[in-house]
Amino acid sequence: MIHTDILIIGAGPTGLFTIFEAGLLKLKCHLIDALPQPGGQCSEIYPKKPIYDIPAYPEILAGDLTSKLIEQTKQFKPGFTLGERANTIEKQEDGTFIVTTNKGTKHQAPVVAIAGGLGSFEPRKPPIPNIANFEDKGVEYIIRDPELYRDKKVVISGGGDSALDWAVFLSDVASEVTLIHRRNEFRGALDSVDRVQELKNLGKINLITPAEVKGILGKEHVTGVAVEKKGEEPFIIDTDHFIPLFGLSPKLGPIANWGLEIEKNAIKVNNALDYQTNIPGIFAIGDVNTYPGKLKLILCGFHEATLMCQSAYKRIHPDKKYVMKYTTVGGVEGFDGTKKEAPKAVVKAIQ
Amino acid sequence: MSDINIKITDRKGVLHEILAPTDMAMNLMEIVRSYELAEEGTIGICGGMAMCASCQCYVKSEHELPEMGVDEDMMLAEAFHVEDNSRLGCQIQMKPNLEGLEVELAPEM
Repeated sequence: MIHTDILIIGAGPTGLFTIFEAGLLKLKCHLIDALPQPGGQCSEIYPKKPIYDIPAYPEILAGDLTSKLIEQTKQFKPGFTLGERANTIEKQEDGTFIVTTNKGTKHQAPVVAIAGGLGSFEPRKPPIPNIANFEDKGVEYIIRDPELYRDKKVVISGGGDSALDWAVFLSDVASEVTLIHRRNEFRGALDSVDRVQELKNLGKINLITPAEVKGILGKEHVTGVAVEKKGEEPFIIDTDHFIPLFGLSPKLGPIANWGLEIEKNAIKVNNALDYQTNIPGIFAIGDVNTYPGKLKLILCGFHEATLMCQSAYKRIHPDKKYVMKYTTVGGVEGFDGTKKEAPKAVVKAIQ
Repeated sequence: MSDINIKITDRKGVLHEILAPTDMAMNLMEIVRSYELAEEGTIGICGGMAMCASCQCYVKSEHELPEMGVDEDMMLAEAFHVEDNSRLGCQIQMKPNLEGLEVELAPEM
C-alpha cells in the first residue's frame, strides 16, 4: 500500500503543479497516470506544439512546459504510479480513501485530487460492429507481449507510428503480418515508412492500401477479417489476431462510476470555495472539472490547484492554523533537505 | 456585416441555422461548441490542433474551403467515418466567403 497526503489522479500540468503547491505546505503527493510518463496531453498528444498563454512565457513548447513543471517539483519528491489507471475508490472509516488501479496497486490518502484533464487516454476503437465480442479473443488494441504473436497470423490496421513500428517488429515474430491502411500514404516517421516498404519488397509484410477492415470473423476467437479495398470486391484475410492501432482518445473512464456529480462529461465542483466535489475529501481541478464560468486553460488549472491545496491542508491538519506564504519571503524548503531562498543582499533595511 | 449564416446538422440529425461571427477568429469547431451543438467533451478534444478528429464534419455545400494542411490530412487518414467530403471543423476559419456553408457533424469517435 502506498501512503501519501494528497493522491493526485492525473500527471498533466495541473497535477504536476499541485505537487509544488502542496509541497510548500509540507504535504506529500503521489500521482497516478494511465500514461507511461508524466505530462498528460501536453507530452502525449502535442509535445512540439507551442503554447502562448502561460504567464511569463511568450512561447513555450508543451513538452518543455511539462519538463519544467517536473523540474519545479523535484525537491518535493513526489511518488508516481505510471501506466496504470485509477479504477476504484473506497472510503475508509478514518476518512481516508483507498484508490486501486487496474493493475491492483493500492494507494491510501486523506485527500484525493482528480486532475485527470480530459480523462485517461484509451485506445481509439474502430467502428466495426462486432469488434467488442472479440476483445482479448484475438482483437488487441495494445501490444503488451509480442510473444503472444509468435508464429501466428497478424493483421494490423492503422497508418501512424504504432502501426508501422509494430508491423516491422512483428515481421520477425509472427508467421504472417498484414498491414492495412486507408491511404497509400503513412503519417509515421519516414524511416519507419521506408522499413515497411523494404519488408514489403522482401515479402515479409503484406501491405494492403487503400483499404479498411470492415468486419471480424470467428466464433470463440478471431479467424479472419473482412477487408474493403477501393476498386476491388470485398475479401477476407485469414488471421489469428487483429490489432487496430489508431492512437489514443481521452475518456473519463472509471472515475465516472465513483459517485461524483458529473455534468457534460466533467466533474462538478464548488468553485466558490475550494474545487471540492460532492464527496468531501475528493477534489477535481483543471480540465476535468466544471462550474459556472469554467475555462479549460492550463493557467486556470494552476490557480485551482493552489486553492485546493489550502483546503487539503485544513482537512489533513484540522487543528493547525494555515498561513499563506510567499516563496519570495520564505523561500522553498524541499523534502530532500534543500532550501531555496532569496539572497539576503536583496533585503534592504531602512536606516 | 461580420456575421454569416451557416447550416449545421448535429449528430442527432437536427438542422441548426445559425449566425457565425467572422470577426472573432473563430473556427467551425468553436462555433459548434459555442452554440452547444454537440455534447461537451465530444468535440474539439485536442483544443483545435487537428490532433483528434473529434470535430470531423461533412461539407455539404460547394464552398471554396481553405486548403487542407498536412496535419489535417494525416489526422483524417487515421480517423473513422471518413468520407470524401470530410474536413476537421477546427481547420475551417469563419470567413465572409463561407456565407451559406452547410455541414453535418460526423459521428462521435
